[in-house]
Amino acid sequence: MPMNRNSFRATIAMAMMPMAVTAMANPDPNDWQSVTAQAEGQTVYWNAWGGEARTNAYIEWVAQQVDELYGIDLVHVKLGDTSESVSRVLAEKQAGNDDAGSVDMIWINGENFAAMKSSDLLFGPWADSLPHYPLTDPDNTPAVRYDWTIPVDGLESPWSSSQVVFYYDTALVEDLPHNMPELLDWAKQHPGEFTYPQVPNFLGNAFITQALLELVDNTDLFYEPMQTDDFDQATAPLWAYLDELHPQLWRSGRAFPSNSADLRGLMGDSEIGIALSFSATEASGAIANYELPETVRSYVHDSGMIGNMSFMAIPYNAEHKAGAMVVANYLMSPEAQAEKHDPEVWGSGTVLAMEQLTDEERALFDGIDLGIATLPPSELGEVLGQPHPSWVDALADAWQQRYVN
Amino acid sequence: MNANPRLHIKQLTISLESEMLLAIDRVIPPGDVLTVMGPSGSGKSTLLAYLAGFLSPAFTALGQLYLDEQRLDTLPAEKRGIGLLFQDPLLFPHLSVGGNLRFGLPRQSNDKHRQISHALEQVGLAGFEKRDPATLSGGQKARVALMRLLLSKPQAVLLDEPFSKLDTALRQETRSLVFGQLREAGLPTLLVTHDRADADAAGGPVIELG
Amino acid sequence: MLFLAPWVLISALVVPLAAGLAMIILPAFGYLPVLGGETFHFDAWRALWAYPGLHRSILLSYVSGLITTLVALSVVVLFLAANRGTWLDRSIRRLVSPLLAIPHAAVAFGLAFLIAPSGLFVRWISPGLTGWERPPDVLIVNDPWGLSLMAGLMLKEVPFLLLMCLAALPQLGTEKRLMMARSLGYTPTIAWLKTVLPSLYPLIRLPVYAVIAYATSVVDMALILGPTLPPTLSVSILSWFNDPNLDRRYMASAGAVLQLGVTLAALLTWWLGEQCIRRFSHYWLVNGARKAGSTTIAISGRMLLTTTTLLVISAIGGLVVFSLAGFWRFPDAFPGTFTLDHWQRILPSVITPLMNTLSVGLASTLIAGVLVVATLENAVRHHLPVSRSQWLLYLPLIVPQVAFLFGLVVAAESMRIRPQLALVIVAHLLFVAPYLYLSLSEAYRRLDPRWVQVAHSLGVGPWRAFWQVRLPLLLAPLLTACAVSLAVSISQYLPTLLLGGGRIPTITTEAVAMASGGNRRLIAVLALLQALLPFIGFSLALLIPRWVWAKRRTMQGVV
Repeated sequence: MPMNRNSFRATIAMAMMPMAVTAMANPDPNDWQSVTAQAEGQTVYWNAWGGEARTNAYIEWVAQQVDELYGIDLVHVKLGDTSESVSRVLAEKQAGNDDAGSVDMIWINGENFAAMKSSDLLFGPWADSLPHYPLTDPDNTPAVRYDWTIPVDGLESPWSSSQVVFYYDTALVEDLPHNMPELLDWAKQHPGEFTYPQVPNFLGNAFITQALLELVDNTDLFYEPMQTDDFDQATAPLWAYLDELHPQLWRSGRAFPSNSADLRGLMGDSEIGIALSFSATEASGAIANYELPETVRSYVHDSGMIGNMSFMAIPYNAEHKAGAMVVANYLMSPEAQAEKHDPEVWGSGTVLAMEQLTDEERALFDGIDLGIATLPPSELGEVLGQPHPSWVDALADAWQQRYVN
Repeated sequence: MNANPRLHIKQLTISLESEMLLAIDRVIPPGDVLTVMGPSGSGKSTLLAYLAGFLSPAFTALGQLYLDEQRLDTLPAEKRGIGLLFQDPLLFPHLSVGGNLRFGLPRQSNDKHRQISHALEQVGLAGFEKRDPATLSGGQKARVALMRLLLSKPQAVLLDEPFSKLDTALRQETRSLVFGQLREAGLPTLLVTHDRADADAAGGPVIELG
Repeated sequence: MLFLAPWVLISALVVPLAAGLAMIILPAFGYLPVLGGETFHFDAWRALWAYPGLHRSILLSYVSGLITTLVALSVVVLFLAANRGTWLDRSIRRLVSPLLAIPHAAVAFGLAFLIAPSGLFVRWISPGLTGWERPPDVLIVNDPWGLSLMAGLMLKEVPFLLLMCLAALPQLGTEKRLMMARSLGYTPTIAWLKTVLPSLYPLIRLPVYAVIAYATSVVDMALILGPTLPPTLSVSILSWFNDPNLDRRYMASAGAVLQLGVTLAALLTWWLGEQCIRRFSHYWLVNGARKAGSTTIAISGRMLLTTTTLLVISAIGGLVVFSLAGFWRFPDAFPGTFTLDHWQRILPSVITPLMNTLSVGLASTLIAGVLVVATLENAVRHHLPVSRSQWLLYLPLIVPQVAFLFGLVVAAESMRIRPQLALVIVAHLLFVAPYLYLSLSEAYRRLDPRWVQVAHSLGVGPWRAFWQVRLPLLLAPLLTACAVSLAVSISQYLPTLLLGGGRIPTITTEAVAMASGGNRRLIAVLALLQALLPFIGFSLALLIPRWVWAKRRTMQGVV
């Protein structure tokens, strides 16, 4: 058979066509029965960060559950970074693929959510119609309705709550700082023994945001979209603080760990004495994993620490929206949330409001041992909300301008 | 031996980039050996390549090659029925001695096994079928290569300085074996050499190139 | 059919590349309708130029690419010049080739763990020699000069260049040249440098260019070992593509085009250097110096290669120890406890990724093998000289991955080709085929044409001669080339992730995803697993010919 270049390409293209593209109308989240009916037999591609063995194991557990309960084949697409799936959806939209997208559900929050929402890359509203949604007590819990001050508008369903905590090695550190100025003093007395992940890593951003919120008296304006004129004046105390802090940091601030994992590694190697994390149970988990010595404990600053929630979102072009909704709803169930809360499994904070649960459901949470290095909820203190993403973006850019080069 | 064909090189000229290398017009009767002599660069190898069908497209060849009435120069190498012996015996290193001989046999031959053992017997190598060619002496290799050629039932044979790498004593012996076998088979043969003794042993007409 | 092979091969490589590049050049100049960009302008370039640290990023990528190549090439050349074929030399050589199997990321992790201030080297001498109870606060890994990045790259490029040289050397008749020069009073080392090297270099030029291109645009190693304030250009580009702020895509695209420019500039610099050396080395070649520096070269050649090898072996050893380690406090030389936990945790979840890795690797190697062999067979049958179009085959190695893969995703989506196994295989083909061609073509062209001529003269047709003569004779180089290809396929991260839409997890995507979580013990397990498959591939490529040709003495060596 003679083959020219075009027919060769056509053959390849034909071989790659999906078996059958069934164009399906978007499911109606208010008709839950038909959603579950449609979901049965679907394969849901859940794009979620895959950097933590315990998280991956939990997702594996969820996959078994939804297979048994709803006949859904849940596939964990392991990401190094959530924005990889944002890129994917964007590329699909660019190429005109509006109904057979490869991403069904994303573990997301904050800036990625803001970007997808403002670029119309999300399906919804659907989240507030989920049967388990009321268990989060949305009316009394703003964190469920606002993701980094951006209105959620039913475009994502709550999954996990987390709060920044510091942790330290009791074998190396005696005098704990309780606020940012004390941290600076501590760093001066122990040069090279503290650092934070490089901005714009989310934990690095969280650290400078925490510092900003602690160092500035009136923080209200950070919860509104930023006006360019305000920036320099409003953030001046932060830069003065960082300018003084950086020479005292690990490697004198000439290099930064790239993420929370790197930071943990430095702690494991005794290079630093104080570190921070976005998960209250990270230290306990890392001790169990042999990554940190058993002498590590957690603490928080007196003024409270930044916290936020992470969510499930469904891209506008997802191929299996019904399946994704059923999974998202299952993820909010008391069983799934209690399993996730157990540090033996993962140890991630629940989004459920305990008073909305039955006694039986509450009992699932009460029996959990949070681990040796985890602060009990009563000691975590106040949760400081995430400022508006425009502030965080501007802070990250200003940090780059100032400290890169 | 009238059944055997003759080889006719008809008005052949070969040139490279419009410079003529050689011109030849000869008939080689069955059982005869035509010896072509000449120093390096005189076009001996080019002539061989043309006859065997391996001439690089860089050369221009005019003229024809006939086996009796059948025109050969338009055929691909493997269909010409022209066997070739090189300076080196070129026994396939990945095949056994028997495998090398079997490789030469036409596909539909009857009783290949017997033909092979008979051929080995003829050159004093009976029972060598399973041997690795690498374990043979130079003279033994040359004999296997010759029998491989003959088993392929060629209509004509080209010899490319086939004895030049053998030592003097062995050369004598191999020469007489090769020419004896070829004469017996009644094949028209073209020998390319720069050794006068080869030409004398061949006993046929001699052309000097260059 | 056969005459079409080169065209099929070239279009399979060039068409996706061109499509990908087109889809990245448009947004670089402001055209990206999905984000509202519908006019052409230079805003992205202005933003890029004003980006903090950009100039340093460019300089880092450019300089580290050139220096890595220069040093790696020098190590290889010095070793070959010193090489006398002694037992020691042969064992060094044998140790080096399996190093090719170890993926870049695994080498990077291993190296970082050796040289970090809290790494193995410091642990072994602390606190005994240093008195350090805490790791010293010095910047080694991620140093701003990119030295550790260059060291890591070098560890990987030395084995590659050495293998390429060893493949090219046999056709040069090295022994005769050396004998001749030695009879004129030259020491063997100087004789090699003056009579063999000038003919060898043109033959390994393309692999050298591939190394330059790779080193200027590498992502995974730079993420682990490279500077961070600012990072290399390719790492910055990746982070812009992954920036939650979608408007960064314009800048990311412009950056990708810039990366292509930086790589081309490095290549051009190298080429100019070649011209200079060609012009001025003439004097040195014929100045008659026969001994000067000979001993130094001979010693340093062996030392450098041995050091390289030992470093990689210790890096792998470090990974093994870490994959079994319980908690390991500084400055203990060994972990306090050992455990199999990490392996037990990872193994159940890697079955599917391993199967995917294997099927993608084998399929792309098979397709590339058929296309490359068909192309070479066509060239050999028709006595075609090495043509200029050969350069096209190497384009995917010279154009940085970040510069066209993002665009290729869009191109594939526009053709309604969904992410799936077949697409990943095609994407791998882009990188597998050039490496296969690179490693096979010399051996293929060098095979004595008389073997096939003998077959023809025995009345055997071209196809039977191909199957029964050429392929068996080329079995060893063919298998080696396939092992190289398999290793290349296994180490692909971006093509697998992007074209597979993340749905085709391979051992490498798992390893990189896990790396983002930073659990070094689990990373060590995955890095070792990642090295396992290519290692098996290289071992088979070595053992199969020995086993098949157990009774054929000549076939044991190189044909």
